[in-house]
Amino acid sequence: MSGRAWKFGDDISTDLIAAGRYAYLRTNLPELTKHVLEDARDDFRTGVKPGDFVVGGRNFGLGSSREHAPTIIKMAGTSCVAAKSFARIFFRNCINIGLPAVRVDTDKIDEGDLLELDLNGGVLKNLTKGIDLKFPPMPKVMTDILEAGGLVPYLKKNKGFIL
Amino acid sequence: MPQTLAEKLISMHARSDVRAGELTVVKVDFAYMQDWTGPLTVDKIYELGGPLAKDPSHAAVFIDHASPSSFKEVSTGHIKLRDYAGKSGCRLFDIGEGVSHLVLGEKVTSPGMLMVGADSHTCQGGALGAFSTGMGSTDVAVAISSGETWMMCPEATRVEVTGKLPDGVYAKDVILYLIGLIGADGATYQSLEFIGDTIDGLSIPGRVTLTSMAVEAGAKCGLCQSDAHTMDWLKENNREADYRDIKHEPGAKYVRVVNIDATKLVPMVSFPHTVDNTRPITHPDCKDVPIQQAYLGSTTNGYYEDMEAAARVLKGRHVAPGTRLVITPGTKKVYRRMMETGLFGIFLDAGGVINSPGCGACPGSHAGILGDGENCVASINRNFKGRMGNPNSFVYLASPALVAASAVEGKLADPRRYA
Repeated sequence: MSGRAWKFGDDISTDLIAAGRYAYLRTNLPELTKHVLEDARDDFRTGVKPGDFVVGGRNFGLGSSREHAPTIIKMAGTSCVAAKSFARIFFRNCINIGLPAVRVDTDKIDEGDLLELDLNGGVLKNLTKGIDLKFPPMPKVMTDILEAGGLVPYLKKNKGFIL
Repeated sequence: MPQTLAEKLISMHARSDVRAGELTVVKVDFAYMQDWTGPLTVDKIYELGGPLAKDPSHAAVFIDHASPSSFKEVSTGHIKLRDYAGKSGCRLFDIGEGVSHLVLGEKVTSPGMLMVGADSHTCQGGALGAFSTGMGSTDVAVAISSGETWMMCPEATRVEVTGKLPDGVYAKDVILYLIGLIGADGATYQSLEFIGDTIDGLSIPGRVTLTSMAVEAGAKCGLCQSDAHTMDWLKENNREADYRDIKHEPGAKYVRVVNIDATKLVPMVSFPHTVDNTRPITHPDCKDVPIQQAYLGSTTNGYYEDMEAAARVLKGRHVAPGTRLVITPGTKKVYRRMMETGLFGIFLDAGGVINSPGCGACPGSHAGILGDGENCVASINRNFKGRMGNPNSFVYLASPALVAASAVEGKLADPRRYA
């Protein structure tokens, strides 16, 4: 998976990702996706290309439990969210819907850098700068959920949690 | 080995004792959804293809975020929720019943329970000594359908609050002060465990204010031990049999200890657009901040005690010209009591408008959305850009008393003048 970096700052809340004023679109995810991250930077939703990366700072995804937030980031075609740190519920939601979320030093990524994710190798490669950004390994249950494509397919396959 | 409250509560629901940092499968005592996360939760339950609910008496559907509905699309989502509740046998709390967490606080949440909800403020169940945490729709779908989930037992930060709170200073000021101190990610993945004589002196609504905002510091849960106040609350709600002792254990291992001297606290305000952007009301930045809307309510300050604190300030007074006051009682029980005790009269005489019980304007879809450039001081829990429905507006967080004082003066105001 490779694509270009879209840079965002610290504390990107779920309100910035999937605004409350669009709550009426939560039963219409393709329409809601048209407003993804609108209040953080308005050029993302129209400019994002398949495979692109959302790159944040600290505490990405803080706020509400709305799974719509990572869901519409994924539906916009992105391959991964990278951030210095994540809010807990958002991070877990990413894994549950099969969207890789990795913790790396995003100061080493600039807007538009070409990135490639090697999930099993635990490395986000910044191809533009020629550097490898390592991320801490996730618990096995999380990589298993991610590899299955999300929690629902994982449970259909395993009939329960394997820790 | 002594345990933190989180270790104790999670171990009670796991197959064996767990310590901080360990992963475990846990039995879920109660799981619930609300109307913004519920339609997706229901989709996932159907997609899982298992039972619609492992035990429908231990699951609930709440229609509280848009209550009554604000859009046709939302109304259609409500139909899906009612239909699911009918098919599964889960209890439905329809429009006007109130905010999920506050209603459960009255009817279900008990010391020793483990609960998950598809709403981030589920963490406030910790006020009653329950391990209660917010999750996404898929996780809650699995919990409802299978009766279990997996989690990591969190490390804990001990927040020790001592001394008597000065007049005009409330639990809200304690939690805003704490979040300002440790930051919006200061307790990420952790359990925030509240202890000390100040906490012992708080009734359940005050503890709800503290624990509901644990998530605003990134925490997985906020926990208080159970005690006489817990028993009083359960009695008041006709369920004293639900009481059990859940106590802090001396010697439990915390990753961090934060000490707060309550006697030194002053009323606090969180400035836009992050919860940790706090100032004491005495700070020069708080001078002459005009307020177009003052807002009372939310899951953080939606119980009767919160309304009463605001009413004490507003009694015999009127909101300033150019300022409007919106009140959203947290539950139907609160609403009825406000009606019966005369709080409605005080608020109406002060120029306020009273919404039906529920989440109201807090999550930004109806019942008090702000206009461009407007400032709102609110007893809610978040002030993110766009939170109250308009990215071009500004939300200041504070206690109900500070909200009421600001309504009277038309600008951010110190409630101690009215204490």
